[in-house]
Amino acid sequence: MKRIVQFYIDGFRRMTIGRSLWLLIIIKLAVIFLVLKLFFFPDVLGSLSSDDERAEAVRQTLTERSR
Amino acid sequence: MNELLMTVIDWSRAQFALTAMYHWLFVPLTIGLSLVVAIMESIYVRTGDDRWKGITKFWMTLFGINFAIGVATGIILEFEFGTNWSNYSWFVGDIFGAPLAIEGIFAFFIEATFVAVMFFGWNKVSKRFHLISTWMVVIGVTLSALWILVANSWMQYPVGMEFDPGQMRNVMKDFGEVAFNGMSMNKFFHTVASTWTLAGAFVVGISCWLMWRRSNVEGARRSLKVGGWVGLAGILFTMWTGDGSAVQVAKVQPMKLAAMEGLYDGKVGQELVGFGILNTDKVPGDDLEAIHCEISIPYGLSILANHDPNTFVPGINDLLNGVALTPEGDTINTVSYSDRMAMGRTAQEALRQYGVAKEAGDTAAMAEAALTVKDNFQYFGYGYLERPEDAVPPVALTFYAFRVMVMIGGLLLALFIACIVLGKWRPMWIEHRLALIIGMMAIPLVYVCSQAGWIVAEVGRQPWVIQDLMPTCAGISAVESSSVQLTFWLFLVLFTGLLVAEVSIMARYLKRSLSNDIEKL
Repeated sequence: MKRIVQFYIDGFRRMTIGRSLWLLIIIKLAVIFLVLKLFFFPDVLGSLSSDDERAEAVRQTLTERSR
Repeated sequence: MNELLMTVIDWSRAQFALTAMYHWLFVPLTIGLSLVVAIMESIYVRTGDDRWKGITKFWMTLFGINFAIGVATGIILEFEFGTNWSNYSWFVGDIFGAPLAIEGIFAFFIEATFVAVMFFGWNKVSKRFHLISTWMVVIGVTLSALWILVANSWMQYPVGMEFDPGQMRNVMKDFGEVAFNGMSMNKFFHTVASTWTLAGAFVVGISCWLMWRRSNVEGARRSLKVGGWVGLAGILFTMWTGDGSAVQVAKVQPMKLAAMEGLYDGKVGQELVGFGILNTDKVPGDDLEAIHCEISIPYGLSILANHDPNTFVPGINDLLNGVALTPEGDTINTVSYSDRMAMGRTAQEALRQYGVAKEAGDTAAMAEAALTVKDNFQYFGYGYLERPEDAVPPVALTFYAFRVMVMIGGLLLALFIACIVLGKWRPMWIEHRLALIIGMMAIPLVYVCSQAGWIVAEVGRQPWVIQDLMPTCAGISAVESSSVQLTFWLFLVLFTGLLVAEVSIMARYLKRSLSNDIEKL
């Protein structure tokens, strides 16, 4: 286990171009999960409390739209 | 459909198209370049020639840059499912969830282990184990693509499930049928082969650039050979599986095939349009000419659709009237689109009645309504159409995108053959300035080709988000169009930023390589 951890630590230490890539990955993931997901992409059906309610909401929308 | 809802649909579609197309700039290079790197490393391990090790590391770094920038860009598509396409997400049930979950596990497993060995493991693990890790990355990213493409194929050819009106979602009945039907397998192999083509063209293009700059010429020559062979294998396999896809599409999405060809009235021994200018005033049912200045290949479309020059290929007007091809390639009169709309409305009315009966606790009425839904569910989505013509996809975009894809595919085939032939018998010709310019042009061309392929696949199946079962107007959530517009622009900025970052990091790395010997990396 220690060798595996050391393997990763050494790998990260020796990175050259990889450092800027990791920085980019961290910024990207932060934007995706902490900004976009939290503030712009709510789970529309997730606010309903049960699957039954979700099914009814979808039934209502799908049958109303056909009218 | 009211005006407000149409705006939400248009913006949500635009947003999904934008994110999917940007995502598809990164993904094919990751899949294809992993194979190129694995082949180069295999040559190194087999020959023991350290120059191949340097070349492998050079391309592996480019793979790493693309991998790092592209990773997780697909997650945004999943956010969109939950917010903009919530009805669709619920309706597809566990059919979409299962393949995407498998993909997530694969991606995490591969990325956390074998990619790390690939990059950090040089001189720390044995040559053989390192090589196995590199091949595991190839297998991992390819299988990862399999599950995404299975999910996509199900939307184009929904099989292996049953709709449950109680849960309001499709329930998987046969995983094998969902995952391994002809459509999904063809789509998988066609797409993966296209990534090899793209990576081959990328390697050829960069190698030509190195030769143009008179830097690392020997390394570039060696890379060019591998790129040429991978590209050639990729384009031949893409063409072969593309032929298989055409046969599938002719049977399960005949309207897409008709749109690809701008074909309104089919016939036995139908020709394939090699070149033509589409008459954009043409609408189904009129007498206007569909294509101006047409140059056709006799019997081409019949052969493409059914491998038989005497097959009748239905056009848009025939399909609207209910003419179709059976899986065996026979022409039959089936249900017209007007009748499908009536059946769809019957299913939707029964679904409404099911809800009323459920609320009243009337199990007999529920069972009766469920049976009516089941009997008419095959054409459920047609109930949302206002007229049969609404089932016709945007013909011009599909028609031209198909021709762009095929034309560039043909050019790439010639380019890869030239790379291999000249590389073997006339190596000096490759280093001619004109040849190098053509080689470098392969990079933008292959990306246009790859994107055009997706346009054919996705625009050609409109208006369906799930073929025959759900049009886009039904799958959309009741969200504010302004919020979709805002996130559209946010994504445009984010993805453009990522693309600029990728190109600039790659450019910086390539410039640095001009003064280094890549064979000694």
